[in-house]
This record gives sequence, structure tokens and C-alpha cells, in this order.
Amino acid sequence: MSDYRVLPGPEHFLPPAAASMGIRLPNPGEAHINGVITSEEDAYEEAARQFLMAKVPTIFPGPLVLWAWNEKAAKKATAIRHLFNTLKECVQPGQKPMLIPMPDYRPKYPKINPEVEINPNHPNLTIWHNKIDCCIFIGVHCHQANLSLKIIRGGTSCYTIAMCAQAGHEDAMLSFRDASVEKIMRLADTIKRLKGTVQPRLASANNGVSN
Amino acid sequence: MSKERIQISEALYDIMPSDYQDLVKSATYGKEDRGWKDIGTSKELIEQHSLCAGCPESMAFRYILASLPNPEDTVMVGSTGCTSLVFPMVAVHNIHSLFGNQNAIASGLKRALSVRFPGRVKDVVVLAGDGATVDIGLDMTLQAWFRQEKFTTICFDNELYANTGGQESGLMQKGFVAKMAPVGKLFDKVRLPEIARESGCHYVVNCTVSKPSLVEKVIRNAVHIAREIGPTYLQLYTPCILEIGKNSMEGLQEMRDSEKPTERFAYKEYVSEPAKQLLAELAAKDKERKAAAKQLAAQAQAN
Repeated sequence: MSDYRVLPGPEHFLPPAAASMGIRLPNPGEAHINGVITSEEDAYEEAARQFLMAKVPTIFPGPLVLWAWNEKAAKKATAIRHLFNTLKECVQPGQKPMLIPMPDYRPKYPKINPEVEINPNHPNLTIWHNKIDCCIFIGVHCHQANLSLKIIRGGTSCYTIAMCAQAGHEDAMLSFRDASVEKIMRLADTIKRLKGTVQPRLASANNGVSN
Repeated sequence: MSKERIQISEALYDIMPSDYQDLVKSATYGKEDRGWKDIGTSKELIEQHSLCAGCPESMAFRYILASLPNPEDTVMVGSTGCTSLVFPMVAVHNIHSLFGNQNAIASGLKRALSVRFPGRVKDVVVLAGDGATVDIGLDMTLQAWFRQEKFTTICFDNELYANTGGQESGLMQKGFVAKMAPVGKLFDKVRLPEIARESGCHYVVNCTVSKPSLVEKVIRNAVHIAREIGPTYLQLYTPCILEIGKNSMEGLQEMRDSEKPTERFAYKEYVSEPAKQLLAELAAKDKERKAAAKQLAAQAQAN
């Protein structure tokens, strides 16, 4: 097993792909935390803890859920809204949950407004601008999610979580696989259950900003 | 075709940036009579671009996108050049190909779309500069025409490599001196419209983009003919005002000057016999549709 761990950055300008460092993807029913395979149960707890600790916990929904391609996509969108509402209910004063879409994968020229959207080609701008210290990707196509997760790990100290509909993401600090409405709802339930048991790191947060 | 297929998830509607909301609410997707007159009155398929101020290519881009008969089911294939700076802001499916590869990509794409969506009309439109079309990609351009691939090729002809500082291109006029071509062009502008005709294109037009209604007409004709019959080619003069030493406001006049009867961009059109027949049928249908709509409106008023 690899000694490499997928940890919050800033790692360096071009961080290695976690897969190239020996990190493998979880099997069905499993997840990974920092590159170590774990049970899904542990991953829900850890993801919920990270969200409740963060100063600006943020959900990044991607095109697979932003657009109502089919009934399943619309249901996932509803579950994501529920997750966000739960998060808002469970955080303490001073914490600021956000829900920021990734509507487009193409680089946005002449400029992107990092306050209202995130783009996979320069996700660090949104992380820095909104001082995000923990985020979750849901409904982002895998290749774009991998790109974003690497850039975020390379240049920011943001903790990244992936709720992937396929096999998971090695480049996230925590990754679920086979995302479904049920899994999103279960994460929301775990956050609700852990409400008040986790101390937010308000004073020590370095706001996702590198160096 | 309709924009009902493009809907934002209700639960996340409020967080979508307003340009996407506007696109769904008031774009011209699904509108039968869409055209250049929608520009400024309806949500455009391109709103901002990163081209230079006053660039005629940005006008051409707008006219073309406003004129596509079927934007929801159109895929545009671009190539390296100034056009590739605009595609990220275009609300039509598009693929950026390697420099010069655009017609090869479009060939495969068109065939794949016919297999994947047999019951649906899918248009493919190549949009590339003169370097990609005539110099680097000439092989791919011609081979696609020889094979009678059913898509439209549009060449934005600015007569040099504008994006990289003004090198000589095959479509540059003879004797022209550019920043990176100080000796002056030694041979004539390649006569690609004529080559296109001889290579099997069914509709070929050589013109400027000074008249939006004309651009709209030729785009619609080219897409319809490519859809039903075979390859079509449009060569549109979109001068690079920077590289020919003009100011932002002088692009339109430059095009008007270049389309005079004796000039190199005087309007030239070639339509093959099958294409002529198709255009006549389409015109008749259009007339019928308009007459029916008029009758309906009159009836509604009477009631």
C-alpha cells in the first residue's frame, strides 16, 4: 500500500495525480479518506464532521444535476437542496454554508464571476474569493472533477469531498462512489445527527487561501 | 425541435448564473423564424466575446449563430485561430479540433450523429479561419468535399494569420505586406470557392459579412443543402482590422470596399442543380407556411 496521503494543500503548483502515487479507488460499498480505503459509514461521519468544522462549507453541484436531463437528475437536485438546507440548519453562528454551481466546463473568457460560479479550469479562484475551506463535488463529470480536485489540492488548503456517481475520485481527500439520492440524503442525516457535537474551527481557519 | 429539452433543475434554479436562466427563458432555441433581427431583442447565443473591439469576425459570429436553423441540434467544429477564443462563450454544442483537422472531425461527427440519432436532424457546421481551412487543413477540407460529407464549411477569411501576429496565408492577396510577411505575398490568393465547386460542393458563396440579411440567407441555404444533399462552402471576408492597419470603426467600410463588383469579395454564388431544386421546394413550403400563419392571424382578429 502506498504511503502517500491525499491531504489538504497547497501541495505544490503541479500536484501529482493521486493514482500515480499508488492511491486506488474504493470498491462498491466502500469509500476513501485521504487515500485510505474505508467503510462508507466512516466516510459519512468524517464528511459530516468536516462540514460542521468548516468556516465556509460549500456544495458544488455540476451539470449532471443542474440540468434536468431526466427524472433522476431532478431528484438528485432536490436532494442536494435538502443537503444544503440541512447544513444551514446545523451550522453555528459564524459559519457560512454556500451552494455554488459549476454550470460550464469551458474556460470562461473574458472573465468568470467566482462569487456565483465555479469553473473546473480555475476552481481556485472561487475557493479563494469565497474563502471556502471545505467543499463537496456532486454531479460533475469525472474528468472535470479530477482536474478541479487536483488544482484545488495544488493551490489551496481546502478540504475536498467527492460524491461521485461512478467509481470515486482518488484526488479528493474523501470520496464516495455510486452516488445516489439515498446517499446524498444519508449524508444530510449524518450532518443532522452530529449537529452540536463538532466544534467549528472558526478561529484557526486559514480560509482555503494558500500560504 | 424545442427548448423544452433544455431545462434547469427546479431545485437548483435560483443558484444558476443569470445568463443560463436567460438562455432557457428567452433564447431563440426552437423559434422557427429566428434570424439576425433577434439580435438585441432576444437572448443571443453569444453575448460576450474576447475578440478585439470592432472585429468584423465578432459580427459574423453573431449573424451566423442567429441564423442557424436548428441551434439545439447543431454541433459546430472550430479550429485554432481567433474563432477559438469565442467558442467558449457560444451556447451551441461545439468541438475544438486540432489545427487543420476540423473537416475530418466533422466528417466522423456527422456520421456518428446519424447512427446515434437516426430519427433526428443533426446539423454539423465547421467554422475555421483561412489558415486552418486553406493552408494547414487543406487536405482535410478537400477530402471531406470529395467524400460528399453532409456538413457546411465556413471559412472566416481574414487573409492572414491574425492570431499570431500577421503571417502570410494562402488566402492573402498577392503583393500584400503584413507585419510578419515583409517581402509581400508572391502568388495569387488561392481560389478556394472555385476549388470547392470542382471538388463537389453543392453550394458555394464568396462574400463579406457587411449585410446581415445576406449572411442569414446564405447560412440557412448552406445548412439546409448540406443536410439534404452534400457539402457546402462559405467564404466570408472578416478582415483583421489590426493587421491591415485600420481602426475599430473601419471594419464595416473595409468590407463594403472589398465587395464592390470588381473587388475580390464581390458576391459570388454557385448552386448545383439538385440544390436549386431543394431551395425552390423550401421557398415554396416557407411561402405556404407564412400564408397559413397570416390566415390564422386574420381569423383570430375576426373572432
